[in-house]
This record gives sequence, C-alpha cells and structure tokens, in this order.
Amino acid sequence: MEKTINVREYSNISSIRGTLMVIQGVTDAAYNELVQIELPNGEKRRGIVVDSYLGNAVVQVFEGTTGISPSSSTVKFLGRGLEVKISDEMLGRIFSPLGDPLDAGPPVISGEKRDINGSAINPAVREYPEEFIQTGISAIDGMNPLLRGQKLPIYSGSGLPGNILAAQIAKQATVLGEESNFAVVFGAIGIRYDEALFFRKFFEETGAINRVAMIMSLANEPPMTKILTPRTALTLAEYLAFEKEMHVLAILIDMTNYCEALREISASKEEIPGRGGYPGYMYTDLATIYERAGKVKGKKGSITQMPILTMPNDDMTHPIPDLTGYITEGQIVLDRALYNKGIYPPINVLMSLSRLGKDGIGEGKTREDHKDLQNQLFASYARAIDTRGLAAIIGEDSLSEVDKKYLLFGEAFERKFIMQGVNENRSVETTLDIGWDVLSILPESELTNIKTSYIKKYHPAYRGKK
Amino acid sequence: MENGRIVRVNGPLVVADNMKNAQMYEVVEVGEMRLVGEITRIEGDRAFIQVYEDTSGIKPGETVYRTGAPLSAELGPGMLGQIFDGLERPLGRIAELINNPFVARGVKVPSLDRQKKWHFVPRIKKGDKLSPGDIIGTVQETGLIEHRILVPPNKHGTVKEVVKEGDYTVEETIAVLDMEGDEVPLTMMQKWPVRIPRPFKEKLEPSEPLLTGVRVLDTIFPLAKGGTAAIPGPFGAGKTVTLQSLAKWSSAKIIIYVGCGERGNEMTDELRAFPTLKDPWTGRPLLERTILVANTSNMPVAAREASIYVGVTLGEYFRDQGYDVLVVADSTTRWAEALRDLGGRMEEMPAEEGFPSYLASRLAEYYERAGKVRTIGSDERHGSVTLASAVSPPGGDFTEPVTSNTLRFVRVFWPLDVNLARARHFPAVNWIQGFSSYVDLVAKWWTTNVDPDWKTMRDFMVKTLIREDELKQIVRLVGPESLAEKDKLALEEARIIKEAFLKQNAYDEIDAFASPQKQARMMRLIYLYHQLAQPLVEKGITVKQITEKITVVSDIIRSKASIKNDELQKFDELEKTLKSQFEQLSKQGA
Repeated sequence: MEKTINVREYSNISSIRGTLMVIQGVTDAAYNELVQIELPNGEKRRGIVVDSYLGNAVVQVFEGTTGISPSSSTVKFLGRGLEVKISDEMLGRIFSPLGDPLDAGPPVISGEKRDINGSAINPAVREYPEEFIQTGISAIDGMNPLLRGQKLPIYSGSGLPGNILAAQIAKQATVLGEESNFAVVFGAIGIRYDEALFFRKFFEETGAINRVAMIMSLANEPPMTKILTPRTALTLAEYLAFEKEMHVLAILIDMTNYCEALREISASKEEIPGRGGYPGYMYTDLATIYERAGKVKGKKGSITQMPILTMPNDDMTHPIPDLTGYITEGQIVLDRALYNKGIYPPINVLMSLSRLGKDGIGEGKTREDHKDLQNQLFASYARAIDTRGLAAIIGEDSLSEVDKKYLLFGEAFERKFIMQGVNENRSVETTLDIGWDVLSILPESELTNIKTSYIKKYHPAYRGKK
Repeated sequence: MENGRIVRVNGPLVVADNMKNAQMYEVVEVGEMRLVGEITRIEGDRAFIQVYEDTSGIKPGETVYRTGAPLSAELGPGMLGQIFDGLERPLGRIAELINNPFVARGVKVPSLDRQKKWHFVPRIKKGDKLSPGDIIGTVQETGLIEHRILVPPNKHGTVKEVVKEGDYTVEETIAVLDMEGDEVPLTMMQKWPVRIPRPFKEKLEPSEPLLTGVRVLDTIFPLAKGGTAAIPGPFGAGKTVTLQSLAKWSSAKIIIYVGCGERGNEMTDELRAFPTLKDPWTGRPLLERTILVANTSNMPVAAREASIYVGVTLGEYFRDQGYDVLVVADSTTRWAEALRDLGGRMEEMPAEEGFPSYLASRLAEYYERAGKVRTIGSDERHGSVTLASAVSPPGGDFTEPVTSNTLRFVRVFWPLDVNLARARHFPAVNWIQGFSSYVDLVAKWWTTNVDPDWKTMRDFMVKTLIREDELKQIVRLVGPESLAEKDKLALEEARIIKEAFLKQNAYDEIDAFASPQKQARMMRLIYLYHQLAQPLVEKGITVKQITEKITVVSDIIRSKASIKNDELQKFDELEKTLKSQFEQLSKQGA
C-alpha cells in the first residue's frame, strides 16, 4: 500500500461469524488494510479488511475467531496492507506465513517489508524461459522438460510419492554447464506434521538445508494462514530472484489444501459457489499465485515454480487440477496404475505435458536428436498403450507381429526409461540413450518421426559404426 | 463535473454516492490513486463502479472523479507491433517509464505515443467534400501496413484546410472540415467507445477462405474471411498453439491477439518470436502486422472483461481501412468468468453455473461484430473482421454454458480432443465432432485457384475418416483380422490421412506452414493411393500385401516435413514411385 494512514482503534464489534467480524462506526477502513485484534487476555491476532462500507468494516481474522468476545476485544486498524519482512537471512530457516520464526532461531533483522500479495509482472518485460534444467529424472528431462522460469506442477494422488519426487527434483536440479546461485523456497501449505518432518530431514541429510527457506503452515491451523503461506513464500522468492539475483525453485505443497481453505473462507463469506462448491474466482485467485514465476529483462535471477497438488479421487477433471492446468505451463501427472506396478517415479508421460519444454531442448541445448526422439517415444508409447488395450480384448496371439513388438516396447519403456531410483541422477545423455535403446525394439520403419540422419547416428544398430 | 464519494469497497467493486448525473459505462477515476473504473449500474445517486486495477488501500470517503466519457480506444498510427493491456495502456512504454518489472497502479500513459512523428501523405485537397470513412491520407506505419487515416464515422464536411506531406504527431491537426458551418479539426488519432460496434454500409457473405497453413483447418474445416470460429478444448489439448499458428500464418492482413486471462509467458513468447518470424505471404516480420492485447490471468479481472472489446474495436478500425483482420481471443471462458465474478459482486441473480443470465447475449454481441463488410467511405472498400476464440471448458466438458452458448453463434467449430493430444496427434482437432459451414462457400475459391478436384478429394478424406471411426468400434469387439479387405483398406487410408495430412508439427520449420498448393498436392497423393489400391483389393490382393510392397508410403508421410512449399515438383517424384510400386504389385498379383 502506497500511503500511510494513522492507526485507529475501535471496540464496537457488531457481529462475529466464522472467521469474519463486522466492526461498526468505521468510516475509513481501506480495502485489504491490516488490523490487529486484542483479546482481554492480552493475546493479539491479525486480520484484513475484506469489505469496507462507510460506517462498517468486515474483517477476516487470520488466526480464527475462537475466544474473541464482542464486548471486551478491541480492533486496531493499522493503516497499512499485509506486509511481511523478507530477507535472505531466511535461507536455512523455517518461518510462519506472517514471518515469525518457527525454528529456535531469532526473528529476521535486516531485509525489507513487502506486501505479500505482490503485483503482476508486466508481460512486456518478461523474458521467455529457454534454459533446460536437468532434473536427473528421465520421464521429465526426456519427455516433459522443465525450464528455468517455468511453472510446472506435479499432480499427485493420495498415497502417491509426489513429495519424494519433489524432494528428488529439489536435490538434483541443475542447469547444464553452470554453477549457479541457487535457492529453494519451500511453501508448505497446511501439510501434516510428518510431511513437514520428512522434508526437513531430507534437506538436512542431503546438506541442502542452507539454501532452503521454508514457509510453513500445518494442517490444523486456521484457513487464512494457509491462504497466506504461498503468498509469503513467493514474495520471498521474488525478493531472492529479483533483488539478490538468485535462481529460485519455489515448491508449493499442497495446493489442494490451499483450495480447500479458499472454499472454506468463501463459504463463510456466503459467496455464490461455483463448481464443486469452490468460489467462482478460484481461477483468478490461483493465477495470482502461479503467475508469480518467470524471468524478467534486466534481472539475473529467476523463479521456477513447482506446485504439488493432490487430485481428489485421482480425478484430473476435479476443479483444483483442472483450473491449475489452465494456468500452469504443463503438468507432471502421477499414475496409480504405474505405482501399483512398482514403478518409481510413477509419471504418466502421456498425460503429462511441458508447454515450454520444446524451447529448451535440441541442438546446443541438450542434444540434436532430443526433439525427434521425444516425438517418437510419445507416438510409439501411445500406440503401445492402445495395443495393450486391444490385446486385453482379443488376446495377444491375434495381434500382428508389429503390434507384438509394440507391447514389448511399452514394457521396456516403463521398466527401463521411466523407472529409476530415488537417488539415481541421470544425465540427459543417459536419458536419451536409454530412449534409443528401448526404441530399437521396434522395426526401423516404424520410426517415422525421426530424421534418417539421427537414426544413422544414434540408433543402437548403427551407434559407434562409421 | 460533479465528483462522487466512495461509500463501499469490495474488491474490484466500488460504490459511490453523489453520482446522480453519471452515465452508464462512463469511465471514472477512483480514489486518490486515481484508479480507472467504469460505471456498470446506477441506483438513485449511487453508482456501482467496476475498477480495472487492484483496489487495496482504497477507503470509503475518498473521491470518485468523473470523466463524462465512455471507455474508448485511441485509434491511429502507433498501434502495430505494440503490446497493450486490457484498457489499451501501452505496457512497453509503461515498463520504460516506471523501471520496474511489475504492473503499477494508477499509471497514466496515453495509448498512442504523443511525441512520435509519422510521415503523413495527404490524399485530399481543399474544397473536397468528405463523407464519414473517406481516406484523408496515409502513413506507411510499417513495411507491411499502409495506415489509412479516415474521416471518423461521426464527421463529414468540406475540406477547408489540409496540411502538406510531412511529419506530424497524432495530436496535430492535419485537416479542417467545414461541417455544416462548424469548423472540425481532424487529427491522425480518433477515439471510439469500445462497447459500440463501428458502423459499416453492408454485411456481405464470407466467400474467401482465411488460409492458415494448418491443413486440418484449411482443408477439413475451413474458416472464411469475416467468419467466426471457436476452439474449445481442455488444458493441454493445444488451444494456444493452434491460435498462435493462426496468428503466425493466417492470410489476414492485420492480426490482433487478445490474451484474455491467460499466461504471461505466452504473450512473451509472441513478443519474442514475432519480430524474427516472417509472414509467409509477404516475407515481412510478423510484428509489423500484429497488435497484442494482454491481460494475463493475474491482472485485474475487470480489465479482462474490457480487453476483448478493445481488441475487436481495434480490429474494426483496420477493417474500415479496407483490410482483412483476424482477432484472436484466448480465452473467452476467462472473459465469461470475469463477467461472473463481477456479476456476483453486484449481487445479480445467477443463471446456469453461476454465470449471469446475460452471458448468451454478450457472447452474441461479440461474435456479431465479425463479418465481411462494405465499409463506410465513398470509395468502395471491402474489409473483414474474423473472430477466432478459444474456449476453456472446465474438465473438458463441452456442455457447460460458455461452450454451448458459443456454439450457437459461431459457424466453425474446431474441438480439441485430449486423447489425440495425449497421443501427440497435433493439431488435436477432432474430425468427427468438428464442423464448418463455410465448406461450400470457399470451395469455389479452392477449385478456381488451386485444384479443380478439391471438393471431391476433401470429401473423400472426410468420408474415409468417418468410416474409420465406425470400423474402429467393430475392431474393438472382434479384432482387425475379421474385417473385410476393403474395410482394412479404409483403415490403412485413414491412417495415411492422419499421419501424412492431419498431423502437423507447429514447431517444424517446413511443416509449420503448408501453402494451399502443397495441401492440395498432398491430398492428391493420398487420393491417388486410394484410386490405385481400391481396384487391386477388388481383384483379391490383400491389404497386407499392399502395405508390405508400397513402401513409398513412409516417404509420403515424411513429405510434409521434407518438401518445402517452393519445391512442390518433388511431389511428382513421389507420385511416380507410388504408381510404379502399384504397377509392380499389380503384375505380381496377376
């Protein structure tokens, strides 16, 4: 907020419902102004103005309204928006979304106060992502590549290893040929305590903790703190990227918790619900989070965003994954069938997509044959899946010779290409070579998506022969 | 003009009193930050204002400043190659001004550069009688576009003065008209309220195809200049890539790309690529004919609602100059959601799925602004506005209100199929569900200009694809072996049509754009295959033998990416091989 207004104090709370409070007699509450509520026992809570009339202000309380009594509590309007002190001191530490330390450390001293709602990046100053990030995971690097400045979510399901995959990516991600100023901002939104513990332990054990800042709210906290968590995390990410010139990987987990909190708050405000009871503005609201990623002209840093969400009932058309997919630049989809087959990471490459990937691969970036190989693997694996469906109905024996080869290819693709260890960090060359190896199961005449010159150079039947 | 006082702030909705004399859709400036807003309802002396910028920090009691004018677009030289926001504010110049990567609030920068001088060549002389829409003179704005300066639709009269050829800014008077005794100064810039369609003399029937270089669009479901098309599809099905192909390769003279509630990086992609990409029809950089209107998903929702009107108004302005304009909107669903959001805040009664009841009439109003017209002006000019819009149905469900209402108002339907997209069949236009009601209208153009058999060959392909769809159901039940040989041939032909013709790689240098001639040559090859194979099958040669012996098929499939638009003679070679391979097979079989 650009202007400063004096602090005003009121004590006439006229109604409290859910996390909303109406304060009477207020004539100049600014929209989105921060308020502080003081309870009779001295406890202080915070909230923001969500609707302001001449004479009335509606306040959303962050920490919940339990214990607030209209007669004995006072409300201070602070004359500023919701600002949190942001600093590079936060690396290696854990904070609440309001900037309070959650570890044993001291509060942040240096740094600057920022409005956590942020502003939209001017499309005219954005710089298009083009640098390939090697995650060391074949299903991503080979098929759905991640670029620096991209927003690429992971669609997980209950019990699927979305967290492990995110941690593995955070650990392994590197840009080819570059030692960089790299940081991870980890926004843990309403996660379970055991999940929080897992990530903390993982970062400590891998020695990455010093370049990780965690902004955390737990599952049992009031919905408003979950709404703030990704915003504070991304404000920190923007500060590190555009002020401190760092390359930031922002991991937000779990956006499903965020959307549930949004629905809860919307319902308490008695708004007209949209699909699935979620508010009609959820698309726009999610966009104000997901769009806070990218690169801008004249700044060295970048924000790559990897939100993780749990698809309710593994349903990709559920409003949360659906709206997310319309905003993000692709998605990495985890698949229960692959998981049950014992394949890690259980990435369904056909349902997954990286919209920007094409701009970061190929000659001079990864390897000249990457695009053709990727196209061919997609086309062949799609056919293998079709054939598998057909074989289930008419029996494998009645398939043509070529179709039988496709079945073999499909198996090999899943077992050799997609499947890898939790600690296995494959170079992009290794990934591509494995791709060629599994493709060599098919007759060469089936490889119509690959330029003949690449076949002669990289196909195992010719490789090494001159 | 009297100013109002804010009595309520609820997100993008601000209510002010003391606004008795305000007009509907008048633009106002809200609060001391002077945020831009528009009046959308008046009750007594209270006006409901939809504010186009974030209202954080605005409080009751602050002033609302009236302007007395509706939301208008500035039209004149200096729009091409620019990127504007949903209110036509120049994002590039704003970024230079504030030196900050973020969009700041309350920044006032005129849409057209006031300092820049344009070389104006007059076409009129003193004493000429001018009607609305007459050409006063021209400015060669880019290498590609001659910007014709027109008499505004509401002005006419006798020329009293006109400046000499020379360099002028958009605000300098270039001519003075005597309009029934009043002196009317004219500048190169005019303003037009965006919610009102610009006038024209007559609407004409679209008859010329709007070529896109995308085979499935041009040949299977063609769009005509002045027509309307919708591209619905779930996320990841390739809506944006298809629209970008349209913006890059289509045969329109001017492209207006409205990024309405979509991704920031997509607009950047175009800003980055368009200066270097060449228009296939003229060889000039694409940016010379393109205007971007960007209101990304995280920018204020009210400005998103306005952005498509701004886009189509710019389009109509160039149409009036006699150009064919394509306005691409990505995506009208986000626009409809903006309507829903604002309607909800005004506490309007919601209709289907929370959308306001006037959704259908707003969509109709928008699509009705398309058309091929005889423009105003005394010389006979024809121009057109073609509208192509993406629709993003939740969960890919085409029965939802935005998609189903859009279908009532468009004449071309390019539905994208997520299953095709997952199998990386792009463009993922579903050939069973899609339709175009321009096929017969544009067939004449194709048969006269490209290939006399165009209609026959196109219909053959469509029929084969429909037949394949029926056969696939049978195959799923009984397996492919039990099909009759002629049906197996239909399957093989459909495979070739899909692989060679329908699939097109938008990122391949050669394949991305197929000239109409190349499309016809490819279609002819496929048709020839059918003509040669069918008699053999009737003679008892199996399809298996055909697929084994006719090896040139994989070259035919590759031809889309191996034969350039200017070396079509290479198709003769393929044709010859195809014929000789069939001849050999026929001899062996006999």
